[in-house]
Amino acid sequence: MKKFLALALICALALSACSSQPTGGPESQGSAPAEEKVIKIGVFEPATGDSGAGGKQETLGMQYANSVTPTVEIGGETYKVELVYADNGSSTDKATSAAAELVSKGVSVVLGSYGSSVSIAAGPTFDEAGLAAIGVTCTNPGVTAGNDYYFRICFLDPFQGTVLAHFAMDTFGAQTAYCLGELGNEYDQGLVEYFKQAFEAAGGRVITDSFPTNNSDFTSYLSKAKNEGADVFFSPVSIAYSTQIVDQAASMGVDFPILGGDTLDNNRVLAAATGKNIKLFVSTFYQEGSEDTKDFDEGIKAWLESNPQAKTDNGGDTTIAAVTAMGFDAYYVALEAIKAADSADPGAIKAALPGVEYTGVSGRIVFDDIGDAIRDTAYIKTANTETGAWDFVTQQGVG
Amino acid sequence: MEFFLSILLSGISVGGQYALIAVGYTMVYGILRLINFAHGDVFMVAGLMMVYLSAWLPLYLSVPVVLLLTVALGFIIERVAYKPLRASPRMSVMISAIGVSYLLQNLALYITGGLPQMYPRLPLLSDSVTIGGATTRVVTLVTPFLVLLLVLALTQLIHHTKIGMAMRAVARDFETSQLMGIRINSVISVTFIIGSFLAGVGSMLYFSNYATVIPVSGSMPGLKAFVAAVFGGIGSVPGAVIGAFLIGICETLIKGSDYTVFSDAFTFALLILILAVKPTGLFGERTAQKV
Repeated sequence: MKKFLALALICALALSACSSQPTGGPESQGSAPAEEKVIKIGVFEPATGDSGAGGKQETLGMQYANSVTPTVEIGGETYKVELVYADNGSSTDKATSAAAELVSKGVSVVLGSYGSSVSIAAGPTFDEAGLAAIGVTCTNPGVTAGNDYYFRICFLDPFQGTVLAHFAMDTFGAQTAYCLGELGNEYDQGLVEYFKQAFEAAGGRVITDSFPTNNSDFTSYLSKAKNEGADVFFSPVSIAYSTQIVDQAASMGVDFPILGGDTLDNNRVLAAATGKNIKLFVSTFYQEGSEDTKDFDEGIKAWLESNPQAKTDNGGDTTIAAVTAMGFDAYYVALEAIKAADSADPGAIKAALPGVEYTGVSGRIVFDDIGDAIRDTAYIKTANTETGAWDFVTQQGVG
Repeated sequence: MEFFLSILLSGISVGGQYALIAVGYTMVYGILRLINFAHGDVFMVAGLMMVYLSAWLPLYLSVPVVLLLTVALGFIIERVAYKPLRASPRMSVMISAIGVSYLLQNLALYITGGLPQMYPRLPLLSDSVTIGGATTRVVTLVTPFLVLLLVLALTQLIHHTKIGMAMRAVARDFETSQLMGIRINSVISVTFIIGSFLAGVGSMLYFSNYATVIPVSGSMPGLKAFVAAVFGGIGSVPGAVIGAFLIGICETLIKGSDYTVFSDAFTFALLILILAVKPTGLFGERTAQKV
């Protein structure tokens, strides 16, 4: 009896493991008809872990793009595009197995990931398999450097850090900056370092601090910044920490503006700032509400409204995160590469990628020799604490 | 001066919140000799329940309901995960506790989808006040007094009521008190109920100050509170409170200095030091009775 029970349990477990696939979009309606040709695009994004929220939002852009353009023409035949999901769990140890999973499922090209460290960890796996990966919002230089098969469509941290340093000086006339990052987080520490270099080169003074993982009391860091007479508070940290910093800064009544990188461009951070007396500025890839991208804005909002799971993944409202727009563009860059290669073969797509030129909702995308997109401006947005929306401030370059 | 004052204020408030969690650890340890690793996660779940309940209940209802549900959660955890293992080696219960801890964290991850949740503003508590130039929240000032009040009430309960006497008896000798006719199971349940209630109150104070709830919100405060309980002499309620305040204040002082990166290292170095030099803690077994 006991043996039978154990067997039944194992069967149940195996079944549930099979059925619990990552969030399928509205398009995953089982197997396609036999004669329909399918090309698979791998989605290498975190659905769980620290960056799960951001990864889901980035995936939403791809799912929406897939619902708008579900097919691609190869050699005169129509192929159905299927998104294949692999959760890299926001952690470097799961990243390689997620990457291997995509390789074994026979995808033609990979999109992702949100978060640089997982992309860096998975790079060699894609490299060995001869599979091209298109980084969407992984801004660390290490992702594409020395890896032939990794491309990326966003700007890089040295650029972003410099942009923010210039913005702080140009707009606020800042002379002293206080920088705070998470201990051992490559993204935070990288940005802080680049910001520091640019800020000090322009004659400013920088104080840097790091906080341990899972810290939640930021009042002591804020007090310190206040005490040191900081003109700006630069904290390019992950979403959960940003909401804490914004909330605690507001309660302490600090008068310096808070600056952040692309991770802070998130509706959770916005919600934390709404209704409070706080100045929050972020640099990002995409600005909602411009005339050129009206169709995209309206289309994705309607899609989010009609799709409860997608709306939940987006944090319960329809504010468009920049990473979602980037995910959308990444999907089309992949389609362009497939068209240019005129083949579903990963090698042919990889060979075609460097020549791809595409103008998406986030701007024009052209790759340089390393495989990075050539970008020369970033959008700066500020949180409007009354309306609870992001307001466009300026397009900042490094000049 | 203003800088020092604001650092000290946040230290006291952090310490107070650790204290409320540490009391739960120390009481359960005193009676069951079990380190209830799920305690920090009960604290986190209390925060999440508040987030969801306050969305469709008025605040004067959601606060008592959250406390009630937190108490129920603590009670159920004990009945489901610890009681069946009463006769097994202590290690099994400990492993079960770790299992519960991960279960709660992953459940929270599943429900929130990994998105940080914003804790609702509690009237009065979340407001800002300025003392001597340092701006802070009302909750910071309320916390130490509330902690003292609750702990005083608890010590009264332990020393001057029948159930308190039963708790002390069970803490002293498990089997003998059972032979004397004390209903062990109800005493243990009461312990978990009190511990969870304090964790619930602690979560309200904590998240009013640090308004973001994530699935691992409970793990760091839980660990620190555990260190505080060990530091004060695990099993002793006043020890846990004093240990928590000491750790909270030292930690924020370090964060305010030039050695910010060492703030967590300090807490855990303290744990090693205490275990090596004086394993019974400040108010260890011989000087104070357990619970």
